[in-house]
Amino acid sequence: MEPVLLECRNVAKKFGGVQALSGVTFAIRRGEIYGLIGPNGAGKTTLFNVLSGIYARAEGRFFLEGRDLTGLAPDEVAACGIARTFQNIRLFANLSALENVMIGRHVRTRAGVIGAIVRGARTRAEEAAIERRAIELLDYVGIRARANDAAGSLAYGDQRRLEIARALATEPRLLALDEPAAGMNAAETAALRRLLERIRADGITILLIEHDMRLVMAVCDRVLVLDYGVPIAEGAPAEVRRDARVIEAYLGGPIAGDVAAAGAVAP
Amino acid sequence: MNTGSARPMRHSAAIWGGTVLLAVALIALPFALTAVGTAWVRITNLAILFVLLSLGLNIVVGFAGLLDLGYIAFYAVGAYAYALLASPHFGVHLPFWIAVPIGAAIAAVFGILLGAPTLKLRGDYLAIVTLGFGEIVRIILNNLSQPINITNGPQGITLIDPIRLGGIDFAKTEAFLGLAFSGPVKYYYLLLAVMLAVIFIGVRLQNSRIGRAWEAIREDEIAARSMGINTARIKLLAFAMGATFGGIAGGMFSAIQGFISPESFVLVESIMVLSMVVLGGMGNVWGVVLGAVLLSFVPELLRYTVEPVQRTLFGRMLIEPEVIRMLLFGLALVLIMIFRPAGIWPSAVRKRELAHP
Repeated sequence: MEPVLLECRNVAKKFGGVQALSGVTFAIRRGEIYGLIGPNGAGKTTLFNVLSGIYARAEGRFFLEGRDLTGLAPDEVAACGIARTFQNIRLFANLSALENVMIGRHVRTRAGVIGAIVRGARTRAEEAAIERRAIELLDYVGIRARANDAAGSLAYGDQRRLEIARALATEPRLLALDEPAAGMNAAETAALRRLLERIRADGITILLIEHDMRLVMAVCDRVLVLDYGVPIAEGAPAEVRRDARVIEAYLGGPIAGDVAAAGAVAP
Repeated sequence: MNTGSARPMRHSAAIWGGTVLLAVALIALPFALTAVGTAWVRITNLAILFVLLSLGLNIVVGFAGLLDLGYIAFYAVGAYAYALLASPHFGVHLPFWIAVPIGAAIAAVFGILLGAPTLKLRGDYLAIVTLGFGEIVRIILNNLSQPINITNGPQGITLIDPIRLGGIDFAKTEAFLGLAFSGPVKYYYLLLAVMLAVIFIGVRLQNSRIGRAWEAIREDEIAARSMGINTARIKLLAFAMGATFGGIAGGMFSAIQGFISPESFVLVESIMVLSMVVLGGMGNVWGVVLGAVLLSFVPELLRYTVEPVQRTLFGRMLIEPEVIRMLLFGLALVLIMIFRPAGIWPSAVRKRELAHP
């Protein structure tokens, strides 16, 4: 069995009187695609924000390859190897797609003010490498042709892909995707599924929040189900789907139809 | 930004030709201006100082997107640093090439002092704090004559050393190659050289890893942080770099004028520099240079034309030149902002930002 990459112990987060997360404990193994599902408002994005350091002062601890990342700032978390995308796309909308990915290289490059002004051999080489890598990544996610277009002008599905390319540019160990398939049509979702599998095959572990149950069932090795901020089930997608508590959580929720549909079409 | 590498040859020949023409024009300019009147050389020198200030502020406002309404404070810090280090006030007479860098460094420290407590502020809130900072600096300079007389209060500091560089005394007229190089003409060339260096630095910074990080925090700070950009450091860097340019401009201003007082560093000056940046085209170095040149010269041109025009039209003066000058100036600003909201010569990115905020 692969070693643990990310471990969360008893993560909890409170907003005023609302307990958004409590007692969230799980471990993601290296090379897994680990799904995080649950009805709307279950606390999935909150957990992402805690993991990526955006919400300071959460309770509990989390570790990446044994290293304690609790309480680190978002840029430090990124430097340690967790990259994320956002549910409501947060690209640098007015910069070109290429520049967006180049900015993702910031954390793995070094040139400072002096380097920028003097632009010596090392800086030039670094800049060239940044651009080359950014183009490779655009190619990797399949939007190389749009490299010079403003990120905000890309089609919705392409923006989601661009966010993934930008996150990959930071050389993450763990790629955390927040609803990457939201708003995608069936063909785009199928392409996304192939992309996720390719990323995993290239050695990057994926933590996936997704409402598209068909996608979750198809790509995830294991799934954690949250409901009202509490983990209610964990396991292989096929098991979780039959779990009575999960069905109850979803049937009471607004996307009960999704589960029924996923159940009906699953192999 | 990085898309223009494959220009056709003819295009680049035109650019080279234009550059040579511009260089010749810039070199010949002070003599042409001297023919019109020495005052115009001084006005040009002041315009270049404003170009330096605008380029500095452009780093903070244009690149990093941090609205700073107190920028003139760094100009003041640089100016006073030079004045105190090179005048009879304390009897210290450091040479120009030591005093100006010290002033620039002190200004940079002030930039960090302003930046550190305001890291979490944006937009209007940051504008108010920076405005307050600018006023605090001016009021301190105005009152630091007691109990120990450091700044000489509202009287300001006089007899500041002019610049001497390698045997050239910038205060005296010298003949060279049959041409008379007056003080202002020599200052013009020095300022021109500094301006070219600052433009160079601005362009290089913009097209760099640091420049991209500034763009990223301007666009979306949370996304920038999540991509591993240490936003605190990168913002402080913007404040410090901007302040450094302000400090350099201030030191040179001090040396050229020979006299400074807190009156030169009032809020309106900050607003003026900001107008130059916004009107020229935030984020685009060349646009900002254009904005600073225009806003420096247009009021002066109006000063010399408003009165004669009134006399020819009406036979007498109806409105005070000073009044109508500011009126026309304000009108011009409003018109430009209506018809070219991203500035006269905007950066492509900024143009998009205004179209789709």
